[in-house]
Amino acid sequence: MNKTLKNTSTADRTSKYVTIVIIAVLYVVLMVLDNLKATPGSTFGKILTMLIPVLRKGAIYSLLCVSMNLLNGFTGLFSLGQAGFMLIGAYAYAIFSIPAGDHAAVYQYFEGGAIQFSIPEILSGVLGNTAGSFLGAIICILIAGVVAAVFAALIGIPCLRFKSDYLAIATLGFAEIIRAFFQWDGLGRITNGSNLLRKYTSFSDMKIVAGETTVKFGTVFVFLIAMLSILFIILLINSSYGRAYKAIRDDEVAAEAMGINLFKHKMQAFVISSFFAGVGGALLAMYQTTVNAAPFKSAMTYEILLMVVIGGIGSVSGSCIAAFLYIACNEWWLRFLDSGSLFGLVDVPFFRDGFRKVVFSVIIMIIVLFFSRGIMGDKELSLKGVLKKRQRKKEAKAAQAEGGDAE
Amino acid sequence: MIAKYLPYLLAGISVGGQYALIAIGYTMVYGILRLINFAHGDVFMIAGLVMVYSSASLPMYIAIPLVLIATMILGFVIERVAYRPLRSAPRMSVMISAIGVSYLLQNCALYFTGGLPQTYPAIPWLSRSVNVLGATTKMVTVVTPVLTLVLVIVLVMVIKYTKIGMAMRAVSKDFETAQLMGIKIISVLSMTFVIGCFLAAVGSLLYFTNYPSVIPTSGSMPGLKAFVAAVFGGIGSIPGAVIGAFIIGICENIIKALGWTTFSDAFTFVLLIVVLLIRPTGIFGEKATDKV
Amino acid sequence: MSREHVLEVENVTMQFGGVVAVNNLTMEVNRDEIVALIGPNGAGKTTAFNCITGVYQPTNGIVRFEGQPIVVNHPRGKMKKEYGGQNAELYVNEKTLDPTPDEITKLGVARTFQNIRLWKSMTVYDNVLTAKHMRAKQSVFSATFRTTRKEEERMREETEKLLKEQDLWDVRDDLATSLPYGQQRRLEIARALATEPKLLLLDEPAAGMNPQETLELAAFIHDIREKYQLTILLIEHHMDLVMNISDRIYVLDFGSLIAQGTPDEVQNNQRVIDAYLGVAEDE
Repeated sequence: MNKTLKNTSTADRTSKYVTIVIIAVLYVVLMVLDNLKATPGSTFGKILTMLIPVLRKGAIYSLLCVSMNLLNGFTGLFSLGQAGFMLIGAYAYAIFSIPAGDHAAVYQYFEGGAIQFSIPEILSGVLGNTAGSFLGAIICILIAGVVAAVFAALIGIPCLRFKSDYLAIATLGFAEIIRAFFQWDGLGRITNGSNLLRKYTSFSDMKIVAGETTVKFGTVFVFLIAMLSILFIILLINSSYGRAYKAIRDDEVAAEAMGINLFKHKMQAFVISSFFAGVGGALLAMYQTTVNAAPFKSAMTYEILLMVVIGGIGSVSGSCIAAFLYIACNEWWLRFLDSGSLFGLVDVPFFRDGFRKVVFSVIIMIIVLFFSRGIMGDKELSLKGVLKKRQRKKEAKAAQAEGGDAE
Repeated sequence: MIAKYLPYLLAGISVGGQYALIAIGYTMVYGILRLINFAHGDVFMIAGLVMVYSSASLPMYIAIPLVLIATMILGFVIERVAYRPLRSAPRMSVMISAIGVSYLLQNCALYFTGGLPQTYPAIPWLSRSVNVLGATTKMVTVVTPVLTLVLVIVLVMVIKYTKIGMAMRAVSKDFETAQLMGIKIISVLSMTFVIGCFLAAVGSLLYFTNYPSVIPTSGSMPGLKAFVAAVFGGIGSIPGAVIGAFIIGICENIIKALGWTTFSDAFTFVLLIVVLLIRPTGIFGEKATDKV
Repeated sequence: MSREHVLEVENVTMQFGGVVAVNNLTMEVNRDEIVALIGPNGAGKTTAFNCITGVYQPTNGIVRFEGQPIVVNHPRGKMKKEYGGQNAELYVNEKTLDPTPDEITKLGVARTFQNIRLWKSMTVYDNVLTAKHMRAKQSVFSATFRTTRKEEERMREETEKLLKEQDLWDVRDDLATSLPYGQQRRLEIARALATEPKLLLLDEPAAGMNPQETLELAAFIHDIREKYQLTILLIEHHMDLVMNISDRIYVLDFGSLIAQGTPDEVQNNQRVIDAYLGVAEDE
């Protein structure tokens, strides 16, 4: 008894340290990748130009998936409003970080817009360019999250009373309403109507310039924000509140009878999830370098939902794995399906634009129909788990050997 | 005044009828499977595309029946392949499967059309201009409400008086008991999807006549709106869906007439949320209580 | 003899549409008592429980817990016209109270369910630990950032203690729904105890148990009453159990109270016998 206890605690500690080391190595690798200069046209250069965007977008979608999973997977609220909150986040971020000098150009149809300052710019004036845009971007991202969370709280008051399907359709409806509002000319001085927002602080502004050398850290930046956000959600899920959310998912009536206030806890999960959807939206805005309300349709929510399903509803690590896989396949690995030929060797006539998406949706249908538990089910991938499994295997082997000896 | 708003009102009634034909498919499927069939709007879009392709090489009197039949087969296949294997799965999985089908249909459409808008053919008689109370409009505007009402009446009769209709009502009341009583659930489900898709195909013939072209996402907005109409009228109720659809169609066009076009889609959802708050089960919906 | 009323139900009527499920029910439960609510199927026992625990708001009547009104209502709106019960005017001037079930649980009333409602995806341990959530002094941020770690430790210690007391410690890592039926019932009671109730409502705790298990259950109920200073109100069909452990019994039939008293009194009450066995019509 004592022995096993001790064993697990050492296993705990080792896995913790190893995890930290792995993460540190990952960041170093990202930093190096970001700053590598490959000769254009070389195979490595080609890979690099695909890899960096995929990594960035994968990190962003990981966060979006995990935030959706918090709601749909852990709290059992089938909400389809994700795209709406992302839109709010993206806009809030962009609006507060467009440099003052560029307002006239961006808001050319709306007399230069209503907001005439830029948080990163103000901070740059005080702290210098690098620290200024870094801190400024972080503050704008937080604002994006908070604005999305405030909207979520307002939307949650009517919507969270609805039961499953009605909640889904009501949140979907709100997302559409939000989209219409952001495209409305009446708010044009803030949202720029249906025109693009651009020129705000993006990943390419994340760099340290020291004389001749420039060190870029855009990729590290997005990983950092996404990781901290996901870490928060993991801590939340494993806390007393996380257990309460799961109780609501498993049986609302029992949860209520055991003193868990449904509305309060659902609202918490909804607001927190939306906060991170807003953060994800802000990161997406940074990634895209321009923002427009039009693409934040329900299709975007569906895409994230499908990623969550592929990863396994109720698994954070599953969501992350699925997000990276999905993005990598969609933007990179399955691109050849659209290219008209197989690896440039054999011409395949049906490999043309859009074929990738068809293949992709067929794969998704197969997963949904036959592997409905997704990659991870509701399990988590952790070093501790892997270590434990290996230990158990060893023990089993040892026991077997002992048994063999006894015979 | 009337001269200004009449065209919008006519358009509203017309589009309302088209929504009604789609909404029936939603409401019937929901009544029986408790599933929001997110793919229904895309079936509607596919019907439009089939029309585009078939009318290109075939005469109208063959193309139109072909569209109806192809859409019904599509509905049948979707139910078979995507929903039936998940009969005992949690409701969320079935809904996700529906979203998956929707994604698949849209991507297939994207592939076949190459992402280009496909010009919808003019159906000779429907596209003719007529004069209603001084407002010029297409024949389809006048035909839609009439055709919708006729089809709905026929459908209600079928559900009320035929054996399969009785089976449908039984299944929607209590899935398991109906099964125990020897009702062939399989054929009831197939029939529900086939009828729903037939009406969606008719709806698509009427709807796209008013629009120049079909694109892969043409189905999502009308689909969502039709679903809202079904919820509005009380999901599971056919007359409810029809009335809801007409209300939404008319309101939407009045909003446009007032110059608020940006909000014509959003308004539908505002209406939905207001209705859900005041009467969570819609205008004609039955009140459901959870047993503790 | 005046003992303190823990629970008082006064003229409670629950009407669904035109159906009066509970009709003018008045009953009280004194401190430390075990009181049974019995009656044929469909008599309205579970509905009465739901009215007490805030799942339904009764159409009319008042429920008091430790002297304080916790649920109050009188026929309003559409019900004004349709109301088919009695005493419609009695509470018109009282302020209506419609708490959610969790608010009532917080006051110290816990319950179990007729058809066991454990949290399916959770282990035995987590089922009990989660029920501790209500009483924990923490906020969502302090819990997430682990600044109230002491509170979490306290919850875990109490859970461990409770599970050991209920003989469930050995199966703590099993999924709640993988337990045998009797243990699931016991776990549901343990979970209710985790909310630190003063009054425990048990909805058919012996349903599906064999005679041996039922006997054990009787001892168990006595036991937890002593250990946790509980007052217990239960719904039950096993008459041996009811007669064995109850101090007093209320009998419901078609929503109305038809008898009350000690087990002996109730056993010999003609109306109760008629309700259970039926009355010969051609007498």
